Amino acid sequence: MTDEPLIYDLSSPGRRGVRSPLPQFDPVDPGDVLPSSELRSDLPLPEASEIDVMRHFLRLSHKNHSVDTAMYPLGSCTMKYNPKVNEVTARTPGLADIHPYQPPETAQGALELIFELEALLAAITGFPAVSTQPAAGSQGELCGLLSILAWHESRGETRSQVLVPDSAHGTNPATGTMSGLEVISLPTADDGGIDLQNLKESLGPSVAAIMLTLPSTLGLFERRIVEVVELVHAAGAQVYCDGANMNAMLGRVRPADLGIDVMHLNLHKTFSTPHGGGGPGAGALAVQAHLEPFLPEPRVVRNGGTFALAEPSPTSIGRVHSHLGNFGNLVRAYTYIRSLGAEGLREAADDAVLNANYLRASLSDDYDLPYNRICMHEVVLAGTRQRRLGVRTLDIAKRLIDYGIHPPTIYFPIIVDEALMIEPTETESRESLDNFIDVMRRIAREAESEPDRLHDAPVNAPVRRLDEVTANRRPNVRRVPKSGD
Amino acid sequence: MSYAPNTDADRAAMLRTVGVESIDDLFVDIPVRHRDPTLDLPPALPETDVIRHLGQLGALNATSDDLPSFLGAGFYRHFVPALVDQQLLRSEWYTAYTPYQPEMAQGTLQAMYEFQSLVCDLTGMEVSNASLYDGASALAEAILLCRGLTRRPRVVIAETVHPAYRDVAATYTSALDVDLQVVPAASRNGTSVRPNIEPLVEAIDDQTSCVVIQRPDFLGMVVDVDPIVQAARRHGARVVVVVGDPVSLGLLVPPGDLGADIVVGELRSLAGPPAYGGPGAGMFAVRSQLIRRVPGRIAGRTVDLDGKDAFVLTLQTREQHIRRERATSNITTNQALVILGATISLSALGRRGLREIAEQSLTAAHHAAEALAGAGAVIATDAPYFNEFAVHAPQGAAARLDRLRRDGNVLAGVDLGCVSSRFNDLILVAATELTTASDVDALAAAWARTR
Repeated sequence: MTDEPLIYDLSSPGRRGVRSPLPQFDPVDPGDVLPSSELRSDLPLPEASEIDVMRHFLRLSHKNHSVDTAMYPLGSCTMKYNPKVNEVTARTPGLADIHPYQPPETAQGALELIFELEALLAAITGFPAVSTQPAAGSQGELCGLLSILAWHESRGETRSQVLVPDSAHGTNPATGTMSGLEVISLPTADDGGIDLQNLKESLGPSVAAIMLTLPSTLGLFERRIVEVVELVHAAGAQVYCDGANMNAMLGRVRPADLGIDVMHLNLHKTFSTPHGGGGPGAGALAVQAHLEPFLPEPRVVRNGGTFALAEPSPTSIGRVHSHLGNFGNLVRAYTYIRSLGAEGLREAADDAVLNANYLRASLSDDYDLPYNRICMHEVVLAGTRQRRLGVRTLDIAKRLIDYGIHPPTIYFPIIVDEALMIEPTETESRESLDNFIDVMRRIAREAESEPDRLHDAPVNAPVRRLDEVTANRRPNVRRVPKSGD
Repeated sequence: MSYAPNTDADRAAMLRTVGVESIDDLFVDIPVRHRDPTLDLPPALPETDVIRHLGQLGALNATSDDLPSFLGAGFYRHFVPALVDQQLLRSEWYTAYTPYQPEMAQGTLQAMYEFQSLVCDLTGMEVSNASLYDGASALAEAILLCRGLTRRPRVVIAETVHPAYRDVAATYTSALDVDLQVVPAASRNGTSVRPNIEPLVEAIDDQTSCVVIQRPDFLGMVVDVDPIVQAARRHGARVVVVVGDPVSLGLLVPPGDLGADIVVGELRSLAGPPAYGGPGAGMFAVRSQLIRRVPGRIAGRTVDLDGKDAFVLTLQTREQHIRRERATSNITTNQALVILGATISLSALGRRGLREIAEQSLTAAHHAAEALAGAGAVIATDAPYFNEFAVHAPQGAAARLDRLRRDGNVLAGVDLGCVSSRFNDLILVAATELTTASDVDALAAAWARTR
């Protein structure tokens, strides 16, 4: 594949792209209404034709792997098929061309959709109250911890610590810091669960909450979850659940039933809204009744047959988004849940878990399995056997690229040496999984007989391995205008 | 129906490989009394029916085709060329994820790099990230950056900064030792409103980590901010500039040239219709000295093993997946697809196109003001403005807006009471290049009819 120039390199002075709308009015000269000191002298944007712009971005798109290209088993990200009907509904003019400041009387459908989506998510998770305002999971985490702190405060308590297992997503400790809390790391027990003895010792009057991921990032359901919740509650603290892995639990367990107090959901994972090359996502925060007064505002409420935005609440943690969250993705998630229904959601979890266990059983002869027990929607392998051959997990990942498969999440969770965290999702077929298994086995053979094939990989991608060290040391993060531009 | 392709025969064969009898056996770790609840959800709908259902919900909302709209206040209806959405519907863009494996994501990475370059060119800044959630959280993150940088507790924030952004900044800083001080930056004189930056200048002191101002400000005014920048410099405070409408950068002096240390703003208007306020995309651009404190993802240019030009996520040691509790922010997912839309849109509009739509927006707003004045309205804004201005509503903005909609069939603007109760008799009216002459006629007629 050839190098694609920067869009700036397709520019030629005086060339036009798309045409602007026809003038509707006699032009007002900006110099007549604004001081000349406020007007810029130069606007250094490219000047490219429409067809060149189209081709440029089309050619760039060809350099991407995507779910619609082939398997994308990125652990913890739930790269499932993004249903095309979601893109149709999200583009319904009445749901796209509406302004956040139009009065509620003219946005009843949008408010109803948010209200109903929150109710659907409540039914799925068992929590009585949900806010879909958070723009993504990490913003949901922030709302969750701030709500917990506000609840403690409402009871006259100030607590300053949060417990985070060492297997947690990096967002959890980072959110703890943003919430002004000291982050205490909890070691994982030998069976991959939470060490109850250590938990008891860590709990105390300063602990505001524990943030746990269910199923954990090891792909395991916490067998001692009920005991964990009881211990935490007995210490006056709250249980926050990172819901990135909700895809494993749909219709199989409602997290609220386990006694969890707060949970965020990633609508772009479990509920099929597309990942967009990195976003936008959509979060949602689900809470037990005692935390509802603290949810972000404004909340959507129903008054009889009409929908409205609730009056500001003195107890709310406040706003986290300029409006009501990533509404376009709420439309997609709502479409998905209405398309699947209860049975479809449970089938999604069932197939996601079956697919992961099928990979686990099929790859256990060729790769180390640090926790060899029934897993949930993802399985964590370790490239430790291959490391003894001089091949690293990074090499295995890069070799997968040559076979046209996106690598799994690697070196995470950080407590597993040479981790390969594989989440196939329910939308991969048995044939697709068999192909993946075949490729992984071939790579294991190559590691034994031709390790340099792995060291050199990828060779079938648009570029080979990159010089990241120089990129970090001497950051080049924008095109520097050439003199005379 | 779950989009899952496995057949019962597949499942049976896979269960044999796993060594269990049924799928139920895979869920034995869940406490038995909580296992397999019944979910009370409405029945599943096939594609045709779900489209119809969502169409019915959409029909309950008024679009700009139903009612002429002069709503702005951070979300503007701008011209987004047709090729943008054609691109955004390409699977290679929207069904990919964060480019953690750069060899398979050069498209996304190069587009991010081009986006960062365009933002720097538009704002006059030196470094841009690849977006935060929205303009509001971008401001909150800017305040957190300045707090970490200066270790000073106070933030001076102009009242004329978007009120929702101020609210989000308050939420983000609520658990931290930050004193957010909202300072009036506009004064009333009878029916009019004009800039008054004196209180802002006076509020900046040696304990101020940053001063936050908006351009054009939330009332639409373009204000000379140099005295504020000079005061900040004198006291060692940083200057954060919120860009009101990104299209204004096609015409106005870039904030970097005015002395901004951090520039934030909302870019949704460049990428698509308002979508009821989201997904947006938060712009975040800084001076080069601040690069290692920037939250969120950044693409960098490098070479591969063969020396071929390539792109990669860079400076990742700032980020939560590496640095955990010491990260610059907890953000991970950003608004990549929205900024891709903005990048394509800016590329297709180009130097002349962006300037033209900026000029047309300015033109439309000034014609709307003239038409309103002709219908008997008092234009309250007593300052230069770009594409938004305030009009006086003697009976109160809320009541007047309600009548303008019910009796005049226009969405005439936003009640400025959201800024301060001092402004609850002012309506913020916005226009863009998509505002037609008949829209303006409708607004003026509605105003006259509802007097």
